[in-house]
Amino acid sequence: MNTIVCVKQVLDPEIPPAKFKIDAEAKQVIPPPGVPPVISVYDERAVEAACRLKDKHKGKITVISMGSAKASDVIKHAISMGADDGFVLQDEAFENLDSFGTAYVLGKAIQKIGGYDLVLCGRQAADWGAGQVGSILAEILGIPVVTLAFAIEAVDKKLRVKRVLNDGYEVLEAPMPSLITVSSEIGLPRLPGGMGLMLARKKQIPVWKAKDIGAESSQLDKAKAHTEVTSLSVPTRKTECELITGGTPGEAGVNLALKLIKLI
Amino acid sequence: MDTHKGVLVCGEIAEGKLAPMTIELLGVGRKLANELGEDLSTLLMGSKTGGLGQEAIAYGADKVYMAEDGLLDNYNSDAYTQVTADLCRKVFPSIMLLGHTDVGCDLAPRLNGRLGGGLAMDCMALSVDPTTKLLVSTRLVFGGNAHATVISKSARPQMATLRPKTVPPAERNDSRQGQVIPVEGKIDPSALKIRVVERIKEEVEGVKLEDAEFVVTGGRGIGSAQNWGMVRELARVLGGAVGATRPACDEGWAAVTLQVGQSGKVVSPKLYIAVALSGAMSHISGCLGSKCIVAINKDKEANIFNVAHFGIVGDYKEVLPALTAKLKELKSA
Repeated sequence: MNTIVCVKQVLDPEIPPAKFKIDAEAKQVIPPPGVPPVISVYDERAVEAACRLKDKHKGKITVISMGSAKASDVIKHAISMGADDGFVLQDEAFENLDSFGTAYVLGKAIQKIGGYDLVLCGRQAADWGAGQVGSILAEILGIPVVTLAFAIEAVDKKLRVKRVLNDGYEVLEAPMPSLITVSSEIGLPRLPGGMGLMLARKKQIPVWKAKDIGAESSQLDKAKAHTEVTSLSVPTRKTECELITGGTPGEAGVNLALKLIKLI
Repeated sequence: MDTHKGVLVCGEIAEGKLAPMTIELLGVGRKLANELGEDLSTLLMGSKTGGLGQEAIAYGADKVYMAEDGLLDNYNSDAYTQVTADLCRKVFPSIMLLGHTDVGCDLAPRLNGRLGGGLAMDCMALSVDPTTKLLVSTRLVFGGNAHATVISKSARPQMATLRPKTVPPAERNDSRQGQVIPVEGKIDPSALKIRVVERIKEEVEGVKLEDAEFVVTGGRGIGSAQNWGMVRELARVLGGAVGATRPACDEGWAAVTLQVGQSGKVVSPKLYIAVALSGAMSHISGCLGSKCIVAINKDKEANIFNVAHFGIVGDYKEVLPALTAKLKELKSA
């Protein structure tokens, strides 16, 4: 079973808010010094889903990431978890693309790789969180899509997918190839083993430019016309926190109860 | 572009009624349509839609498109995408609104991929720019650390999914007049590539997290599975639900389905009590819609105090039992 996983390198979402700075003019985040970017949480779960399928059915996992040359770090992370191969898609023409542009570039790379049974993406990225790339990519590739998966099995050349619902889940059957977006309910990603880390260290990660995958600038320009970010701001919190005190923490708790009872 | 007019709400039906999310969307959709001086329409799908057209009109719709087909009774991604995309190609809405629900999360990006519109997901606010008349969508990005506003200058429809419970529901007015229009055309079963095998409804103990009016959430600072019982007890006394931060789920104290935050559930209860959690933005973005946030934390510098309305700087192990006991006493009084 051959799986292609799309991953994104993002600013660590767990950084303390004090370290989060933006350039409002450029509508960009200023990467905090000394905080290495990480693989987007959902994408890491997509890699985990691919590894679970490989554990059972063998096959090959190829990981692609569009971003800076440093995106090779997240591909190496995926390889340390069990992926086999990876490519970075990096080109000036790929900068500041929205979901359509990203899906277009990923689609071109996936068509170049070819021979896949399954494409996996995270349900959304941990930075801009647009939550669209997987579905648009499936439309571009002309394959069925299942979103928000938390379990994927291959049964009789078909994919059996559990999808998260508000009040439970649904079981869906999709043909191969399909695209599936993975949600965090799939569970924790595995920790890389010593062998995986060694393989990842040695692995050469080729960089594909626009011309390598046949991405046309006219298409990239067209893709840019869908949405535009008009402002990016860090909200100033208006909340004035009223501290409740007491002689002891327990007394403070009692005083808080007296406040809260009016609200419930 | 001028061929595109009006606001279309993609409706959802839950247990034979208009879903609460749809009533919220009709409220905000009505406002946007009034500002544009255009019509508000809605699409309802399913074979048991009798009477719901009039109801949607009472909640503000000028036109209700009814796609009646048994294949649409439950959400089917392929079928819903087909019917909705077909309708958009006939009526050319300028704005299309969906709920950020199981359905909307799946349907909106697929439709966008098919129609080539401009979509903003999980919006906290929607408005029309008075000058350009464009839809302005506000959403949280970077785990809630920043707000972004998004527009679509030329791509149509301008689409957005709205986070549940961010706007009040539309007011019902049964004297409102409108038009119910059947949607012609059958669904092509061969276009349905995904088969729904079964739907499992999971019974939850007590109140469901997303619907709860009161949520008590514990973080890493709780320290042990045993102490987690205090979080549960407070939630029980309030008649609310338990939530957890990502670290608390990672520790195994709470099921991953109880995770509140960027990679978990989004809640907007009346009262949100955050216990022994620092308030990473990725967590806070999941509870910012709460009417009242209470923070209990030993560390007075913890970020959670920046978003809380009430706070206690102290050890939760002493605060919580006293708070719980007093609330119990006051509630029974």
